[in-house]
Amino acid sequence: MTKSILLVGVGGQGIILASKILSEGLLKLGYDVKMSEIHGMAQRGGSVTTQIRFGEKVYSPCVGSGEADVLAAFEKVEAVRWLHQLKEGGTLLVNDYEIYSLPVLIGQEKYPEGIIKELKSRVENVKSFDAGKIAVELGNIKTQNIVILGALIKALRLDTLDWADVMKEYIPPRLLDLNVKALAAGMEI
Amino acid sequence: MKKILTGNEAIARGAYEAGCTIAAAYPGTPSTEILENMAKYQEIYTEWSTNEKVAVELACGASIGGARTLAAMKHVGLNVAADPLFTIAYEGVNGGLVIVTADDPGMHSSQNEQDNRRYAPFAKVAMIEPADSQECKDFMKHAFEVSEIFDTPVLFRLTTRVCHSKGLVELGERTEVGVKDYQKDIKKYVMIPAHSRVRHYQVEERLNRLREYSNNCPLNRIEWGDKKIGIVTSGISYSHAKEVFGDSVSYLKIGFSFPLPDKMIKKFAKAVDKLYVIEENEPYLEDFIRTLGIECLGKEYIPCCEELSPEIIRKAFLPEKDKKVYDSEIKAPSRPPVLCPGCPHRGIYYAVSKYKDVVAVGDIGCYTLGMMPPLSVTDIVICMGAGISASLGFKRASMKGGRDEKIFGFIGDSTFFHSGITGLIDAVYNKTPAVFVILDNSITAMTGHQENPGTGKTLMGEAAPVIDIESIVKAVGIKAEDIRVVDPYNLEMTQAAVKDAHEAQEPFVIITKQPCALIKEVQKKRANIYCSINEEKCTKCKACIKTGCPAIAFKNGQIVIDRSMCNGCTLCAQVCKFDAVEKVGE
Ligand SMILES: Cc1ncc(C[n+]2csc(CCOP(=O)(O)OP(=O)(O)O)c2C)c(N)n1
Repeated sequence: MTKSILLVGVGGQGIILASKILSEGLLKLGYDVKMSEIHGMAQRGGSVTTQIRFGEKVYSPCVGSGEADVLAAFEKVEAVRWLHQLKEGGTLLVNDYEIYSLPVLIGQEKYPEGIIKELKSRVENVKSFDAGKIAVELGNIKTQNIVILGALIKALRLDTLDWADVMKEYIPPRLLDLNVKALAAGMEI
Repeated sequence: MKKILTGNEAIARGAYEAGCTIAAAYPGTPSTEILENMAKYQEIYTEWSTNEKVAVELACGASIGGARTLAAMKHVGLNVAADPLFTIAYEGVNGGLVIVTADDPGMHSSQNEQDNRRYAPFAKVAMIEPADSQECKDFMKHAFEVSEIFDTPVLFRLTTRVCHSKGLVELGERTEVGVKDYQKDIKKYVMIPAHSRVRHYQVEERLNRLREYSNNCPLNRIEWGDKKIGIVTSGISYSHAKEVFGDSVSYLKIGFSFPLPDKMIKKFAKAVDKLYVIEENEPYLEDFIRTLGIECLGKEYIPCCEELSPEIIRKAFLPEKDKKVYDSEIKAPSRPPVLCPGCPHRGIYYAVSKYKDVVAVGDIGCYTLGMMPPLSVTDIVICMGAGISASLGFKRASMKGGRDEKIFGFIGDSTFFHSGITGLIDAVYNKTPAVFVILDNSITAMTGHQENPGTGKTLMGEAAPVIDIESIVKAVGIKAEDIRVVDPYNLEMTQAAVKDAHEAQEPFVIITKQPCALIKEVQKKRANIYCSINEEKCTKCKACIKTGCPAIAFKNGQIVIDRSMCNGCTLCAQVCKFDAVEKVGE
């Protein structure tokens, strides 16, 4: 069976790197993999998504409404924005982290309250966590994406692979150790 | 060996393996990474050309000179390069010539949704369309061969999902084909009417041979399944269709999409009960199939607007009974793209935003975002170059209409080199009293930081002469007293220039000079500089927030500046009347 994963967040959060590492790992596990990322305008503080599909043979890289087995939201408003893509009974991972968009910053729109509670009342399988806090405790907020990746890998039950070996190709040696720790921390959430 | 590659990476690899020796492009999403990846191969000369017309003309010359050559661009880039395309179609090639067009269904980062498959029959050149990364690589090799065997340029048509999706690719070795000898042949390479008339017949004859080939070409294939439904499709639409229907139907998968395989289509249509045409955007396949007198289901089921997906196909042909979809009472606030914290484009837009009689014609680049609130300066955006040229027309209409608007045209450095200079010459020549703001951030930022003629570096990483924008402006005849070069981080200086420009009665130019805040060296240099709010002095008047900087927020009754985002440009400090913003670090 082909599985579909959707990663959503805000430009600059490191979603594309996390997606690349995940795809490479899936490849090592022997799956056929398609990953699709949309960049361009979206990079400038806009909403960013990547879609990963894996299985025996995958044709389309696209995930549609009600089709994502796992939705990993790097920012919580983005979880709300993309909620309709989650499959019935699917898993929602949500980073309890706020990034205000410009309309919110200038007071044109409001950042909603009670998002996590609302999500939990709607979706059976929700895991929420503060990946930013975990990353800061480890010493670098920039590893937030890898913490979330860890949680995602765990949710997909793919934690048996040697992910440190996969990350080597994408992360400079001096930061590798920190990121391996971040991944492990994410798996433990 | 297998590797996971994006379509763009696979195209670069395919061209490399095919023995391509020259490649030129102008950046444009979703095509940009093709040349960035080709530049990694020592065997290939690669360059960022000034614009797409230059890239394709360079490619024409290189092909006639005997080299296997590739030119790449986004869909609208081919409009810019259409002139050479239509005539090299007559001349044909010497070394194989492949022109890559990357369309953007869904307009993820484009100003229109044109379907460039229509260019192939219009220009009468062969067209090839891959569906995934593996095909990107394999078909590219095929394209060079077709080009040389049939003496035709080949249009290689991609879409965003093909360019930016990753899939497994089996890598091969490079075949060294060298550079062919050049033989003078003016009847083929000098398109004066007498020669072109003859060539046109040859082009028609070439089309007949290509059509024959298309019917037997391995890029067009039938996958037989159940014959109740037969699907004709191409490119990414094939992948989506296959995802939806699996092996339960029959497919005619088209990879060689001009000329289309008429006999193959007839045979396929005859063998199936019902014929579906599944394609994104225009009814390109459908129109052709109908001219063969064959009935089919196509655009009445699948809209021609927006990107296609398995979901749309499913809804069109296999409507499901109510599937549960999660929803929420909470409405997510919008998250549009914005000018980054520290963006050098902010200061000039802030200064111009104070004048209510200004009509601003923008252009394409990060600075298009000058239209966004709270700055809300830009009124009009059309295409690259129009930031200057459309200003000229608007000014003329304004004058004829007896209105007294001030016209400001905005254009980025890369866009100025691309197609702004000709407009500026027009302004001087025709004495059009408008203001032109050239936003020089020393990089082509929007598309992900490509070098350009003003940055002092080439795509291949060599040092290059810096083409000085101010010298060009002077050289085309803008008077020295009508030119201001300002640092947009210096608000007073910028405001003074805008005031002079606003009063000017002849063509006037402002050049803003400050590198993009995201350039690595700039980030390093400014890493420890930031602004912070002195809460005792802050009156919460929110003047700083009105600069539209995403690093500044009003949270829990306080103005706060996110230190990790701020680069200390100090625009907010300069608009603060209470000295409540302090710059930290140097
Ligand atoms: C004909 C055409 N080619 C390419 C593009 C893609 N494109 C959009 S913006 C841009 C770069 C703009 O760079 P610059 O003018 O320096 O402005 P910046 O983004 O740096 O502010 C490009 C190449 C396009 N829209 N149209």
